Amino acid sequence: MEALSWGEIIARILIQFIPVWIALIVTFAVSITFKRRLGLYGKLFDSTIGMAGFALVMFWVFTGILGGAFDLIITHNVLEQSGAMKNKLPGTPYTKMIGDVAEGTYPYYLLGGDNLGRDVFSRMVVGSWEVMKIAPFATLFAFMVGITLGLPAGYYGTKLDTVLSFLANLILAFPVILLFYLLVTPEIVATGIPVYMAGVLFIFPILFLVVLFNSRFFTQPPKRNIYVAITVLIGGWLYLGIAWNADPLGVIGFPPNLLVVFVAVVFVNSPTVFRIVRGLTMDIKSRDYVAAAQTRGEGPWYIMLWEILPNVRGPLIVDFCLRIGYTTILLGTLGFFGLGLSPESPDWGSTINEGRKLLSIYPHPALPPALSLLSLVLGLNLLADGLREESLRD
Amino acid sequence: MGLFILRRLGVMIFTALCLTFIVFFLTNLYPNLEKLAKTQGNFRMSDEQVESYLARNGHMQPLPIKYGQWLGVLPGWTVEVEDGMRGRCVTGTVTSEELAAAPTFCGVIQGDWGASTVFRSEVSSIVSERLGLTGILMFWVIVLMVPSALALGVLAGMREGTRTDRTLSTFAITTTATPEYVSGVILIAVFASSTMGLRWFKGTATSAMENPTFENFFLPVLTIALYGMGYIARMTRASMAEVMTAQYIRTARLKGVTFSNIVMRHALRNALIAPFTVIMLQFPWLLNGVVIVETLFNYKGFGWTLVQAASNNDIELLLGVSVVSVFVVLVTQLISDIGYVYLNPRISVS
Repeated sequence: MEALSWGEIIARILIQFIPVWIALIVTFAVSITFKRRLGLYGKLFDSTIGMAGFALVMFWVFTGILGGAFDLIITHNVLEQSGAMKNKLPGTPYTKMIGDVAEGTYPYYLLGGDNLGRDVFSRMVVGSWEVMKIAPFATLFAFMVGITLGLPAGYYGTKLDTVLSFLANLILAFPVILLFYLLVTPEIVATGIPVYMAGVLFIFPILFLVVLFNSRFFTQPPKRNIYVAITVLIGGWLYLGIAWNADPLGVIGFPPNLLVVFVAVVFVNSPTVFRIVRGLTMDIKSRDYVAAAQTRGEGPWYIMLWEILPNVRGPLIVDFCLRIGYTTILLGTLGFFGLGLSPESPDWGSTINEGRKLLSIYPHPALPPALSLLSLVLGLNLLADGLREESLRD
Repeated sequence: MGLFILRRLGVMIFTALCLTFIVFFLTNLYPNLEKLAKTQGNFRMSDEQVESYLARNGHMQPLPIKYGQWLGVLPGWTVEVEDGMRGRCVTGTVTSEELAAAPTFCGVIQGDWGASTVFRSEVSSIVSERLGLTGILMFWVIVLMVPSALALGVLAGMREGTRTDRTLSTFAITTTATPEYVSGVILIAVFASSTMGLRWFKGTATSAMENPTFENFFLPVLTIALYGMGYIARMTRASMAEVMTAQYIRTARLKGVTFSNIVMRHALRNALIAPFTVIMLQFPWLLNGVVIVETLFNYKGFGWTLVQAASNNDIELLLGVSVVSVFVVLVTQLISDIGYVYLNPRISVS
């Protein structure tokens, strides 16, 4: 068989992505039709930059879900090696050194093979799933920690603020890579420190939700009890399973090396969130509606969570988008230094790290993950810009 | 002002102590020490051998005491072994007279940073040599990054909303979305690989350590500069755009001052206050970029040393490296605070 030309490669890649195109078109059609009823999300479709960013982000979200979780887009297994395909250029027909190619196998390596003879295209697609599995949740956890600590620090000020700010600055003064090297090594994992850190960090979301419901509904005990009980039950179950790997039902487990990566990323991100929330709270707490709530005799946590927090949501949503992008970069950094994730893992950072060794001779294994990461982070940045513009407009 | 600086210095030293203690704690955890013993001795050591190795090298003391010794506020450890005496302040096994002649305190305060187990030499000499190499890299990064970022930001913010502004802003966003390991890989693939045919630059900077030339040094410098550039440019643009809508600019316009004069004489000075802070706070991030770029381009500077020390758990070298990097971060924060006060007449600390 002949190798494919670049035109054919592009056409075939576009065909492989058909499920993603369909999903994107449906999303956009529905959103644009109902955009007046969708609040801030709908307004996003008024700005070109926001739409471009949203399209890029959703492209990778759908690619991750459809390709990584449902095996739709990929052409080959991401771990399967073929001795005959080592460092082969994009568009090379698929062959094997030993044995025949099985019936129904995709006949080409669309973006070539890497130094172990694995399909670069499929690895790139599944790499986006690795990001989707960690980045949004790690960012969400970092926000929970940052908000839960930042609100009281900004609201009360005084000693609490001094201590928490000092701790945040302490973590921020660490070079990120040094921190990663100190936290994400097998030796440290053996001591169990990351598990303890997970134990501390992951309790914040539960704490946050409990305080949130309690401060709102403490005048209606039956309602409050239901909400708090549900949070504690489900949250506690997830908490035991994820942080301590001690789920009594045995359903939820978390691979230890993924947990370390998760903890490291949350740990690095939360001080910045803390500083943002603290600054915003200090700004908002002198407003009239806060004074009104204080005069009404509302509790401090009610004011923080139900008066101040909803009013700082604009900047927080924007920062959330930016921070997912930054988390993606951090995950790539971890992969680039070969920390945490297993070396076989198809995540973009590890793939770039592997590809860079032969970069000046065979650039094709390293370029697709590099460009993917770039486009995803760019999309998140544009999305944040679009959101900022639209939320400032009213 | 003096009191402000003094207080900041105090906080700084306290922060540095806390941070080095954390590094000390994490590098001195038992599994790390065990790994150290096995890499220094041999990999088939039994548990007893590991313990005796650690005891011979003073690693088995309580952590706060070891930290005090490293700092130089507690007397260095001494142990008696079968063939003589060993101590923190002497190298190898010596007689008790030699040990008595050696200084009692030998820590960072006394200028003794210890020895690296990977490079088999003094930490202070390694760190200063590597720091010099990274200094050259950083110098060129600043030379490239700061003027071009400011120029980008000023040009974009000068006439907000125009096509120039849109193009430059998109460029700035793209560079902030491109971490060093992505832009470095792309730059090498385009400008230094044989497949693209453009062999303008070299893909490694190893030769730049002795003899930096445009050919072997431009790519690493550009890679670091690009990532930081976008952020500074966006900040400059925002502050320039804000200044351009100010009343005094309108007054100048109405007086008939030419546009170039307005930008150069009235707007620029006020627009550059905010970017100054950003540039100073960008230094810690540059440090990150330096680590990635030095690894990618195999330039054996400070960042490369950090990776080597961290991946081999070279305790004393790692501590030395973290002290220096933490110092850089804290000093730049201090300078940015002080500089901001000086540049901005509206803010005073007293």
